[in-house]
Amino acid sequence: MSILVNESTKVICQGITGRAGLFHSQQCREYGTPLVAGVTPGKGGTEVDGFPVYDTVAEAVEVTGANTSMVFVPPRFCAAAIIEAADAGIELIIAITEGVPVLDMVRVRRELLGKNCRLVGPNCPGVITPGVAKIGIMPGYIHSPGPVGLVSRSGTLTYEAAWQLGNVGLGQSTCVGIGGDPVNGTNFIDVLELFQADPATESVLMIGEIGGNAEEQAADYITANMTKPVAAFIAGRTAPPGKRMGHAGAIISGGSGTAVEKIASLEAAGVEVAQSPADMGTALKRAIEKAASA
Amino acid sequence: MKIHEYQGKQLLRAAGVSVPRGLVVKSADDAATAFEELGGEVAIIKSQIHAGGRGKGRFREAPDQSGVVLLRSAEEARENASRMLGNTLVTVQTGEEGKTVKTLFLEEGLDIARELYLGIVIDRETCSPVLIASTEGGMAIEEVAAETPEKIFREAVDISTGLTDQQARVIAEKLDLAGTALENAVELFPTLCRFFVESDCSLTEINPLVVTGDGRLMCLDAKVSFDDNAMFRHEDFETLRDLDEEDPAEVRAAEAGLSYVNLDGNIGCLVNGAGLAMSTMDLIKLHGGEPANFLDVGGGADVDAVTEAFRIILEDDNVKAILVNIFGGIMKCDTIVEALLGAYENVGITIPLIVRLEGTNVELAREMLESSGREIVTATDLTDAAQKVVATLEA
Repeated sequence: MSILVNESTKVICQGITGRAGLFHSQQCREYGTPLVAGVTPGKGGTEVDGFPVYDTVAEAVEVTGANTSMVFVPPRFCAAAIIEAADAGIELIIAITEGVPVLDMVRVRRELLGKNCRLVGPNCPGVITPGVAKIGIMPGYIHSPGPVGLVSRSGTLTYEAAWQLGNVGLGQSTCVGIGGDPVNGTNFIDVLELFQADPATESVLMIGEIGGNAEEQAADYITANMTKPVAAFIAGRTAPPGKRMGHAGAIISGGSGTAVEKIASLEAAGVEVAQSPADMGTALKRAIEKAASA
Repeated sequence: MKIHEYQGKQLLRAAGVSVPRGLVVKSADDAATAFEELGGEVAIIKSQIHAGGRGKGRFREAPDQSGVVLLRSAEEARENASRMLGNTLVTVQTGEEGKTVKTLFLEEGLDIARELYLGIVIDRETCSPVLIASTEGGMAIEEVAAETPEKIFREAVDISTGLTDQQARVIAEKLDLAGTALENAVELFPTLCRFFVESDCSLTEINPLVVTGDGRLMCLDAKVSFDDNAMFRHEDFETLRDLDEEDPAEVRAAEAGLSYVNLDGNIGCLVNGAGLAMSTMDLIKLHGGEPANFLDVGGGADVDAVTEAFRIILEDDNVKAILVNIFGGIMKCDTIVEALLGAYENVGITIPLIVRLEGTNVELAREMLESSGREIVTATDLTDAAQKVVATLEA
């Protein structure tokens, strides 16, 4: 088992005729992901490197039976693409696009209310269930199947974490990049809930960063609900206040959203917090050992 | 993107919001003329910089001069302006280096009965804009939140309907507004929320919002900033941008598609991905070093962009060593090495360079490094990289 992405996943790519969309669709297919079609308005009826292209998500769903969409649509059209996918009955939308206006995401969140649909991202590396399917831009080879659930606000730092997990002999059930934007579709708690309920996930590594208070809320959730061992790392301990650190959501504003606060909350929740980014894999190992000896 | 107070007020006035009458001046003579033109017994002269704390801030070149001053004559306007223009205002928000004041804003003086706070931001929790109001105007809202949170009132804004009259009335009553001020509030609050949404703001802050002696509401200050991601919808805002207020290296980096933030240390960092870039700074600090910058080359950067990244790092005279930390995903390790080796030729690297590579095309990249004959230190993992770069500087 795993979360979000499994054997019944069937994927389309919105924006498949763009450079990034096509490249990563090919990479996903190579990994073994059942990527069955693409959608680009105005290019329906054509084919790109063996992928049939449809004008609308509804058409693609009707023909292929896809239940998941990977979105590479440019920022200004991204919100509309997400809403289109939700309206067409797509159950899991993974938006990779970086640079979506925050108010567009506010509108998207409102539109998705009450729909049977989960959005991951935007501005995220995607979701991978190693050995089953990868939907996103992460390098497949650094991941191996195993018992660790990995959830992160970052991209490359997640690769680093997966690589470190591999070095200590820990594979992953599923890795979820929730994205670096202030308003996104899925938060830490959503993913922690899924990992807690997933029989294949035995422990969780969570990677947060400065800005907002999602990590603090996750800490409260962990205290109240998680029985599986959790380790964490928070990026941005040395970030200056008021400066946006690459991600739109990574900003310390008015003295809140600091790494120190987040680390304190997580430690209070019994989470093993890695002090160094080099220590993410070993921190989870410690968390697992602690839980075993308790 | 941040804009100046006077620009924010111009936009607010156009949106139908009450702001004091004011004039923009760029010389001492203009300041005197503006005082006459405003015609009141008093006026306020305000330094226009992209930072708060101006009233308590002082000029480096004129230590008794405040960044915001009450004027009683045209002559005072002239004298104050001459001490402000071209000089460096240091406030709690500018850092020690301060900011050069190039523009002043003269406003009519008002009879102020009460000072309130009003702000609109995106609330990550409810995923909507939220109107925040407080009876404690003129103070930093963070302090009010920490000390007297009961004096802060919040209303979430549904962006399809806007802030309703009912919501505006609830906030106004909590602020103890009555009569004309209450009527003004019921009009002003939804107008400000509409402005926030229509302009794709990330912040609209009125601090203070004042009740005048004759009972009207007036926006005495305005801090407006926009969501950079939404600027494609507002090409006209580009003219509001003041590049003098931005770090030139950060502007150059942005033009090359890089994300760069200048810091005070001496170890330059070149990293792919924001999270990894932040972590690299943390790692350096953890091992006793000081990062000189945050630099995320992103996933789509080509050799030219990465070369520009090296150039920007090397132009910072504080930088004594460079740590390159790449976990290739979309970004291929060989692209980085190609740019890096090119930089020795084109830019000239004379300081120690420590490289840690992992991920896509790492083998190829390592071969390129080895066969280059350059004195480049390679590191196997994060800790190794940090230790080596810090050791280089200690040697």
